[in-house]
Amino acid sequence: MLISLNYIYIILGALLAVVALLSFLDKGNPKRFLTGSFWGLYAITFLFGNNINPMYMGVVAIAMAVIAGCGGVRMGKHEEAPVKVRTEKARRLGNWLFMPALLIPVITVIGTIGMKDLTIGGLQLLEKANITLVSLGVACVLALVAGMGLTKDKVFQPLKESRRLFDAIGWAAVLPQMLATLGALFAAAGVGDVVSNLVSAAIPVDSKFMVVLAYGVGMALFTMIMGNAFAAFPVMTAGIGLPLVVKMHGGDPAILAAIGMFSGYCGTLMTPMAANFNIVPAALLDLPDKNGVIKAQAPTALLLLCVNIFLMYFLVF
Amino acid sequence: MTLIGILIVIVGFALRFNPLLVVVLAGIVTGLAGHLSMEKILTIFGEAFIKNRYLPLFLLTLPVIGLLERNGLKEQALTLISKIKAATTGRLLILYLFIREVAASIGLTALGGHAQLVRPMIAPMAEAAAENKYGPLPEDTRNKIKAFSASADNVGLFFGEDIFIAFGAILLMKGFFEQNGIILEPLQIAVWGIPTAIAAFIIHSVRLYLLDRTIQKEVEQAVGVNRSGKECNTHAN
Repeated sequence: MLISLNYIYIILGALLAVVALLSFLDKGNPKRFLTGSFWGLYAITFLFGNNINPMYMGVVAIAMAVIAGCGGVRMGKHEEAPVKVRTEKARRLGNWLFMPALLIPVITVIGTIGMKDLTIGGLQLLEKANITLVSLGVACVLALVAGMGLTKDKVFQPLKESRRLFDAIGWAAVLPQMLATLGALFAAAGVGDVVSNLVSAAIPVDSKFMVVLAYGVGMALFTMIMGNAFAAFPVMTAGIGLPLVVKMHGGDPAILAAIGMFSGYCGTLMTPMAANFNIVPAALLDLPDKNGVIKAQAPTALLLLCVNIFLMYFLVF
Repeated sequence: MTLIGILIVIVGFALRFNPLLVVVLAGIVTGLAGHLSMEKILTIFGEAFIKNRYLPLFLLTLPVIGLLERNGLKEQALTLISKIKAATTGRLLILYLFIREVAASIGLTALGGHAQLVRPMIAPMAEAAAENKYGPLPEDTRNKIKAFSASADNVGLFFGEDIFIAFGAILLMKGFFEQNGIILEPLQIAVWGIPTAIAAFIIHSVRLYLLDRTIQKEVEQAVGVNRSGKECNTHAN
């Protein structure tokens, strides 16, 4: 294999290391050592993640959370190009400016679909098991090269700009990963079984509508808690869907599964626990309210959940 | 007792403590309540953290996005959208929602994304479309437009990808039922996702369509306040 996911992790680790270094050197940041340490520790998880004992990695992850929790991750000082300069440059480069940005999705798609089986000298070019992620990584590097060629900025410029954006996102960048670890701990401690026992004990099982309602709402609620419909699906379907809707009332499992998973997605739209979809974008877009994206989505999610429950009731039996 | 972690998360998020800290605390407490040793908890933390390193890979897009922004990407998005007379925030986002959902439904989930497209292009264009029509936007309105831009990406992705038969969720469902002795074809599951996918598009499109009116109303209100403010001033003079 020529390009594996691990190489992509190392590139991101190197980028994080540079961001950490720039943060250490930034005298305009009152907490520059803590901010630098935060990004530095994060860099370590990408550079040496496979070589360090998982227990110590756990300590690193917790240390990052403690730094962030004490307000140690702060915005540094950045000089942005003034609007006048940017408008002038935009006039010169025109719509070519979109080209590198659009290259990222385009190359990712080409890599994912077109290069799955591409080999060079008998070696697989892109790691097959993680083809989308590897393609994304390659796409980002190629897009950067294209962007550098187009703008003819100094080599150091993209790194400085990266730190500006990393600072804007801050600790939210790590939240999706941290929530995934919480999911793993919930699973190891058996939280799912406890929840599904509670729910199935609380509903009147004779009514077809009530079991469908309990399954749909249960999927949405448990997804909101776990931040991930994939985690909620086996728990809720084993607890309510399969025994009550399918076995007791004779529902169709394919319809149950399809609409049940979508009910879970309605929950995903409404929870800060789904950080990479809801909290990270709020940070990326500089929204003052970190729940702004959730507020925009909640009415759609609630309406759609109602639609789902009625769809399931009429289609599944 | 094992549910105490959930309680910590809800209370911690509600009281606006740092989410990273809340999540770590909830994880440790849940582990202890489930009778896991501290070493075991740390190991699960470390393993899951390393295994899920793919989640922040979007960070790799930031060098090029930052570089382009410095060279006027947002300003160019503004110029481009001002040339399209029919463009409104709502129409633009409905178009993006449609493209995102259709692309995801045929497996092209990489066509879009918050870091890749929403921040550099979609949100600036949606803002510019509103500005062209109604003039300068109040800060709240601007933030609302940004939030709705992100929402179009999420809704399109979620309800599109699940009707693609090779998508992970479909295979997860198939695997789950197989373990329980029920054999399902991926296509069977994918097909029954279509009604919800259509409903999601209709509901969110209607809300995006109504967003145009909200923007108009909010801008007019803001202008009204400014004008009456000025009038007050002239009276005082």
